[in-house]
Amino acid sequence: MKAFVITSAACFIFYLVLTAGSGAIGLWSIYEIIAGLLLSIIVGFVSQKYVGGRMSKKALDPMRWMRFFVYLIYPLFWEMLKSNVDVAIRVITMDIHPGIVKIDSKQNNDIGVTLLANSITLTPGTLTVDVDEKNNLYVHWIDVKKKQPKTEDVCGKMADWVRRITQ
Amino acid sequence: MIEVIYALAGIGILFNFLGGIGLVRFPDVYTRLHAETKCTTFGSIFIVLAILLYELVNWSTNSWVMSFHSIIALIALIITNPAGAHAIARAAHRSGVHPKEAVVDSYEKVKR
Repeated sequence: MKAFVITSAACFIFYLVLTAGSGAIGLWSIYEIIAGLLLSIIVGFVSQKYVGGRMSKKALDPMRWMRFFVYLIYPLFWEMLKSNVDVAIRVITMDIHPGIVKIDSKQNNDIGVTLLANSITLTPGTLTVDVDEKNNLYVHWIDVKKKQPKTEDVCGKMADWVRRITQ
Repeated sequence: MIEVIYALAGIGILFNFLGGIGLVRFPDVYTRLHAETKCTTFGSIFIVLAILLYELVNWSTNSWVMSFHSIIALIALIITNPAGAHAIARAAHRSGVHPKEAVVDSYEKVKR
């Protein structure tokens, strides 16, 4: 029941965001609200056991969300800024030393590995190619400085940040 | 204020343009993915910022629609772009495309 309510509410809010500005009740017309309610109840009923079974209590901890939003701005966006300029210069000068290196991700759960791998891919200059059973990441690096790098050489402080968010 | 909007849109277009140039100039599929998928994500962030600022300055009732939709487009882009780049790179390596000019290839020895 809890999973059903949470899923339906999330779907309804998303529907309202998508249809904002359609009418006179607040920002929405009465037809959009009714259609959104019906659809989100149907979706919540169908998908409750998939969403509810996997939801852990960590997802409701507000401190983790705070850290996540801080993480989006300071390490992630800053790294993206630095390395985007770096790759833009490499596009012009063609000074590249590419290679695929193996790093330890330092994570122990799936969400952490997913978040770290996506962060590594979003910062240009590094691209996650694969992950193995021991959570080692294979990273294509456009400017290989060491052949056996540590985690910090590839992704800076991001691994520690992600570990603090998800563990 | 309009200068800031132009500057943000200009930065976004510049990075998207450099991504397009990198797509032509880089030697193989992996380095092309670097230029193409990520410079465009970064450029799109700045273009969306420019849209948000424009809507904030010229505020009307319909500004909600434009702002929300561009934020949702940006979130979708940020989630799907690394996933797509990863999928293309892994598929390319599994079908035997080796990185050109590679200094090191640790992934080659992995049994799969």
